[in-house]
Amino acid sequence: MKPTRLNACGDWVLDRFPVSKFWNEHMAHYYAPKNFNFWYFFGSLALLVLVNQIITGILLTMNYKPDAKLAFDSIEYIMRDVPWGWLVRYMHSTGASAFFIVIYLHMFRGIMYGSFKHPRELIWIFGMLLFVALMAEAFMGYLLPWGQMSYWGAQVIISLFSAIPVIGDDLSLWIRGDYVIADATLNRFFAFHVIAVPLVLVMLVFMHIVALHEVGSNNPDGIEIKESKDPWGHPVDGIPFHPYYTVKDIVGVAVFLLFFATVIFYMPEMGGYFLEHANFIPADPMKTPEHIAPVWYFTPFYSVLRAIPDKFAGVIAMGGSIVVLFLLPWLDRCPVKSIRYRGGIFKKALFLFVVSFIALGYLGTQPVTPVATILARLFTTIYFGFFLLMPIYTRWEKTKPVPKSLTKDHSLEEQLHAIEEQLPALIEEITELKPVATEIGHPAFKSSFFNRRPNPVGIKNVATRLAKKLIESLD
Amino acid sequence: MNNKGMDKSKRQFLTSALTVVGAVGSGYLAIPFLAQMQPSVKAMAAGAPVEVDISKIETGQLIRVAWRGKPVWILNRTPEVLATLRTLDSELRDPLSNESDQPPSSKNPGRSIKPEIFVAVGLCTHLGCSPTFRPEIAPNDLGEQWKGGFFCPCHGSWFDLAGRVYRGVPAPSNLEIPPYRYITDTRIIVGESSEEKKA
Repeated sequence: MKPTRLNACGDWVLDRFPVSKFWNEHMAHYYAPKNFNFWYFFGSLALLVLVNQIITGILLTMNYKPDAKLAFDSIEYIMRDVPWGWLVRYMHSTGASAFFIVIYLHMFRGIMYGSFKHPRELIWIFGMLLFVALMAEAFMGYLLPWGQMSYWGAQVIISLFSAIPVIGDDLSLWIRGDYVIADATLNRFFAFHVIAVPLVLVMLVFMHIVALHEVGSNNPDGIEIKESKDPWGHPVDGIPFHPYYTVKDIVGVAVFLLFFATVIFYMPEMGGYFLEHANFIPADPMKTPEHIAPVWYFTPFYSVLRAIPDKFAGVIAMGGSIVVLFLLPWLDRCPVKSIRYRGGIFKKALFLFVVSFIALGYLGTQPVTPVATILARLFTTIYFGFFLLMPIYTRWEKTKPVPKSLTKDHSLEEQLHAIEEQLPALIEEITELKPVATEIGHPAFKSSFFNRRPNPVGIKNVATRLAKKLIESLD
Repeated sequence: MNNKGMDKSKRQFLTSALTVVGAVGSGYLAIPFLAQMQPSVKAMAAGAPVEVDISKIETGQLIRVAWRGKPVWILNRTPEVLATLRTLDSELRDPLSNESDQPPSSKNPGRSIKPEIFVAVGLCTHLGCSPTFRPEIAPNDLGEQWKGGFFCPCHGSWFDLAGRVYRGVPAPSNLEIPPYRYITDTRIIVGESSEEKKA
């Protein structure tokens, strides 16, 4: 093909800026394990939601006023008078909740398949830093509408810092910039929410992905695909990220957008979970709403705080519930990564952890009652037990052998042949030869007529064997 | 040009010196950056005292006034309430207010200058929510133990009608009593203590 003017232009740029090198390193020639399942959608979905938050966020700042006197009204102005303002605002508020749904599923995937283990500890640490930055971003964003829940939520969270001995009171004063939550607080939270934390988030996403692409992705079987390579140096169990996973992720994006759009258009408040009812009342420093609760994504940690009947210890426990997650790579002593080959005790522990996390999340949305407090204490104990007892119970875990590679050595023909070889023996077992009663011929020869009949004992034996195999594979 | 080769120790010295000078410079620059997030002069000046007419508060009634942006409660306590307060000591964490925040004139069991008029900052000492005023005895939601008081809806802390915290709740100390004094029998000023005036 004759080089066109356009090609020449392209080459001119590529000689000076390595676009194609970058593309190949991270997309076209980046080999990812071929056995990714739907759990692997959530990483790319998190990136999609981040982009959604940045774009809708920029649009919102064009009409929002970070001023205690104007903030609440400017949100209503966006909702009513700005063309399509309601859509942009709902995309942003729903996006915040979607971000946490996607991130929690992404983190659960990591725990389930051991993606935090050697050599991926640093990916997990960057991910946890991202999670903390995301919580800060969401918390500061929630103050901006300046509703009752914004105000009192911020009051509670900033007061957490005042529990720190010695420096606590000065620290919370410094964060607020006033003796109570006031205009100064709103204005600085706007600055943090719009520029400071997003920059940190983007930087951490970059580091998270660079670290991931250095060591390579984990997978549902928890095997290292770099350990078996074909003659060309590519992992046998790997496929290029582009086009295989870019195309697969588009399917995930389509499904996600279906749910996302449904929420935006039909239930943007999600029954008071995504946008709380009390936040439609302007902030009133004189009166706390009857029932205050943080937005759903903070409630598990908030429940831990409420469960402890001591201010400082409560704050420590709440901080601790996030800090233990950072330590996960060193708490888990089991050399096997994926839950598919791990012992029953880990599966049970993980199940209990998920139950307690969801239960704590639910309790955090409910008012304080004596029963709820006892339940919150129980689930807090399970939450911490999952992590702190991990060095003990993972050491004696009965694991199953992990395959070296996803690709079987036997070809299809060989496997079929093996089945064919076993077939006569199997038929022999489930049937038996029975003499056929016949009127023809001499009685002495009667017994020489045989026929194959089903053998109940043999069938039972084979069925028992299959059932045992099935149970083993499940356990 | 120097042909004697590289002087490694000199290079090391220069690197260290530059690092130290750079760190000190950054440290000094950090001070104004961090300090500019402190409350501004305007915010500090905004805490002016508030004068309140208490003659119209009926017995058993609570009013709220804003002082330094915080809610301040003024409650006219009934004789029954004052009698109940004397019986609660064993259930309270700090019945004599030894570890709590109040001006000396209010450091008494009823935590007030005049027994019936109770003045307090209406913010929970736990995490700063404003507790609700629940004077009724043993309501359904709070149970039989409730003898009237302030209930924090955020984290379930209990205070009696003298703002004293119960045992076994998250709040660490009694409600803060602001400095206040009586100008006349029916007018008080919140934000100025009676001690300051005498001095």
